[in-house]
This record gives sequence, structure tokens and C-alpha cells, in this order.
Amino acid sequence: MAFLDVSNLQKSFGPTRVVRGVSLAIEQGEFVTLLGPSGCGKTTILRMVAGFETPTSGTIRIDGRDVVNLRPSQRNIGMVFQAYALFPNMTVAENVAFGLRIAGAAKSEIDGRVTEMLALIGLPDLGARYPFQMSGGQQQRVALARALAARPKLLLLDEPLSALDHKIRVSLRTEIRAIQRALGITTIFVTHDQEEALSMSDRIVVMNAGVAEQIGAPFEVYNRPATRFVAAFVGTLNMLDARVIDSATGLVEIDGQPILLGRTLTASSGATVSLNLRPEAIQLGARDGHYTVLRGRVEDVSFFGSVVRIRTALAGHVVALDMFNTASAPPPRLGETIDISFASADVLLTAD
Amino acid sequence: MKVNRFWSWAALTFGLLYFFLPLIGTFEFSLRMQRGVYSFEAYRVVLADPAFRATFAYSVLLAVLTIIIGVVIVVPTAYWVRLKLPRLRPIVEFITLLPLVIPAIVIVFGYIRLYNTSSILPLTGTATGTNFLLLMGYSVLALPYMYRAVDTGLRAIDVATLTEAAESLGASWFTIMWRVILPNVSVAILSGAFLTFAIVIGEFTLAALLNRPAFGPYLQLIGANRAYEPAALAVIAFAITWACMGLIALVTRLQKFTQVPR
Repeated sequence: MAFLDVSNLQKSFGPTRVVRGVSLAIEQGEFVTLLGPSGCGKTTILRMVAGFETPTSGTIRIDGRDVVNLRPSQRNIGMVFQAYALFPNMTVAENVAFGLRIAGAAKSEIDGRVTEMLALIGLPDLGARYPFQMSGGQQQRVALARALAARPKLLLLDEPLSALDHKIRVSLRTEIRAIQRALGITTIFVTHDQEEALSMSDRIVVMNAGVAEQIGAPFEVYNRPATRFVAAFVGTLNMLDARVIDSATGLVEIDGQPILLGRTLTASSGATVSLNLRPEAIQLGARDGHYTVLRGRVEDVSFFGSVVRIRTALAGHVVALDMFNTASAPPPRLGETIDISFASADVLLTAD
Repeated sequence: MKVNRFWSWAALTFGLLYFFLPLIGTFEFSLRMQRGVYSFEAYRVVLADPAFRATFAYSVLLAVLTIIIGVVIVVPTAYWVRLKLPRLRPIVEFITLLPLVIPAIVIVFGYIRLYNTSSILPLTGTATGTNFLLLMGYSVLALPYMYRAVDTGLRAIDVATLTEAAESLGASWFTIMWRVILPNVSVAILSGAFLTFAIVIGEFTLAALLNRPAFGPYLQLIGANRAYEPAALAVIAFAITWACMGLIALVTRLQKFTQVPR
């Protein structure tokens, strides 16, 4: 059995079903992210694991023990909140020591552990400060130290980076992940930010309307999305309508151009299917070989520095493509007619 | 601009005069008990009066007990309403405001009718019972001030998240209340406590009609029968109130963890 075993979890608030039969098996030491738009039920799942909400039905087992009827204080979890939630009346050291003091640890042990935790989060000299004297990023690191000090079995992170500046957010990602790896603590991370999810997780659970649409490694979720929702929510996706010519061989056509997908399609001949393409799977210019080439007009060019995103209007669609910045090759101008090409192997076909 | 500034100063001066002149007059009058010289004779007489000491001590004791009852009832209630029953807030607020709408005289007549010697609970039959009744009456009168103060204090902190954070760290309800919530609303409780203190010290109606030896009825008695002593008492009462306000400011300033600009 997995270390954290969530089975057929359901939660309704009145007539609204927020979580609909979610099952998860998380191994010891794994970093799993619940990713989804707001209202998808990801936070509710986390709160049920923490014990702040009671499931309508289903079981939650931590290390083999059913915890559904335990109070949050009995579950031996550490939790970090979006709003930091440091106790304003206590110093940083007192905040970190809080869980250990509740557990009745000896003073020498508490002092040692507090020093160790403050060193771990890189704030060894700030133990005497009060929360209001610290920046958001520092407060959140203290909140992490506080959650970890009493050696919980499970670490729950509820959008811990959402309230921070972009730069601090990016650096804290790496830091949190490094600390998690060093301690080997099983972690559930909730976020609506796909970049955070992709960069930090061992596995991602993509949630939509109370259902886990896909559970998999970041590479897998991004490159082989199970549903159209996953494909569209994780990363940017271009969707091109194509007409099926032969479903057995996967022959379709866009704008009179045949494309051989080499895969059996479920749609029958004459029906319309959606060809999904990541912006980085499309190249600027015509290419020989197994590439499909389409011609369009440049509608918009966004320069991000290392990456340039070009939006092109073609065959009734607007298609976004990404190319790396090259100093010697300036991007096309607005209104210019360009060729774009993609390999049929890069086309993502998803179930709805 | 210049004209505006002139009127601002004029208004301020008028306000200060309006406030301080009677006080200065009272103070000056309280010093003239001995003919021809200024002296603190009136204060000496007042402070030496055993009835002053007895009634003042009685009222201070009742004020302290009222504050304790207020804190014990109001802090958990306000906390619980904020945390779990936000929909009940308007109702609870309405209830806590009732004492402002219902005059003390109505409350005390109700008490006397309900708890007289021929009732099931004859509290007015004994001195202890009547003291208890007076204490309960004071707790009711102080309710709006204590509740408002504590609720405002709770508004300033994220009650729900702090509670959850403490819970996830293994804290019991008592620990959360004692170690997390109370210290963070201590200034609010203190301002509620000083307001309660001021109300109880000066309260006349309940104490007089329940015939208890409180400071309010003593003030009235002296005021009706002496010349200089009431002025001295008024100045003493003001001094106590100002000391209370000073203490609130001092405690707020000494609190290390508030972010309030100083």
C-alpha cells in the first residue's frame, strides 16, 4: 500500500459536489502537485487530508492508518498556508518551536531543532525577529520551518508561493524542492500555476471540476495529455479543426492539404477532429520531409527575451508558435505572410 | 489658505476651552476648602473618609470581576462566531447591543421582579445574592463595549488560518485560545476592560436600586450634601479615567509584535 492512500474521495457542500471520487496513491518521499483552476477541488482535497474538512465519503490512509476520524492535531502533518499564518505574537524561533513545545519536547531538544531548522531555511540569525519585521518570502520560509520542525509524516503546501513576487517565487520553488529532497518528506503541493507544477513535482494530478483528469510525471502530462482539458490547461495549445478523410490510416486535411497522422482515429470519415499542437512544435518556414506546411499572416509578435511568440492567422484559426531568439534573425513583421510547418508526430490527439 | 488656517485654530481653541475651562474651574474650586489659601484639604477629607475607601474598593472589586466575566464570556464567543458561525454575527451583534437600547432602570426592575424574596430564586434576600445580581447586571451593561472591542481585535488577525495552523501543529482548543488568540487580542481586551472599569466605577442606577454600597451612590450622596468634596471627587474620577487611557496607550506601545506605526 502507498504511504498516502486516498480512495474514492467525495466531498459535497450542500448540493454542490466539489470532489467527485478522487483516488490517489502517493509513495513515501514523493512530491505530488494538485494542479487545476480555482474551484476544481484541489484545495478541498488537501484540507480533507489535513483534517480541516470531513469527506462525504471515501477513505484517507496515512502510513496504513485511516485518519478520516482523527482531528487535524492528531494527524502528524505539517502545513504551509498561502497567507503564511505565522503567529504574530511570537518570534521566529518561538513560531518554529511551537509544534515541539505542544508535543512536550525538552528545552534542549527544542533549541537544537530550532537552530537546525533556521539553518535549513537559510535564516540562522533571524530567530529573535517578529513576523512583521520580515519580508513575505522570509515569512514563508519560516512557515515551512515551523511545519517541518516537529518531523511530520506528511507536508501539505497550500499555494505557498501565490502571495509572493515572481522572482522570490521562482527562487523559493527550487529551495522548497531541495529541502523536501534533503528530508525525504512526502509532500502534497497545491497550485494553479502550471509552471510551478511542472518544475517542482515528481508527479502532477491535474484536477478539473472535482475529478482527477490525469495523474502522471510532468513530462508525461505535458507531452501526452490524456484529455483536451489537460492539454489546454497545462501549457499553451493550438487547436486546428481538420476533416477526416480516412480514419483507419489517420488521413485528415486542413485547408485542402492532406496530413497523414499515422494513427487510427475514433472519428469517422467526413467528421471534424481537433489537431492539438504546442507552440514549440511549430516551426517558422517551410520544411521538407514529413512536415505539414501551412501559410498564414502574422497577427502579433511578442518578444519575451529568450523566446519569441508569433501569432499567425490561417484557415480560420490563430496559431501561436514559439521560436528561440537569435540575434542574427529578427522575427517577422506584423502583416507579413509566412510559412509554418509541423511534424505529424507532434500532433496531440486527446479525448474530450 | 490663511483664512482656513485661522478658523481651524479658532475651532480648536474653542474646543479646548469648552473642555478644559469647567475642569480647571472645578479643580480651582476643590482647592479652596480652607478660606483664603489654596490647599488639598478637600482631597484629604475625601481620601480619609472611610465611606469613600469602602465604596471605592467595593466598586473596584466589582469592576475587576465584571471584566473577568466579560473576558471569559466574550472572547470565546466572539472567536467562535468569527470562526464557525459567521452567519450568526448580525444576531450576536444585535444581542450585545441590547444593553445600549434598554435602560439600566428597566433591567434592574426586571431583576427585582424576577429575583425578589418571594420568587423561586430569591437572590435579593441576601447580601451575597444581591452582590451577585449587581455583578450580573454590570456584565450586561459592559457587554456592548467588551464585545465590540474584542471583535475589532479579532478582525485584525486571520483567525481561521491561525487556528488551522495551530491545529496542524498539534494544538488543542485550549492552547489555541490561550497561546494564539488571547495574546493577539490582548490590547483589544484591555481597552474593553478599561471601558468596563469606567462604566462600573461610575454606575449609579443598578447599585442604588439594589441598595449596594458602590461608588456611584456615594458620589451622589456627597454631591448632594457637601460643597468642596464633590469637586475633589470629580477631579479624582477624571484622574483615574485618564490614568486608564494612559495605560491603554502604554500597553499598546510596549507590545513588541504590533505593526501599528508608533
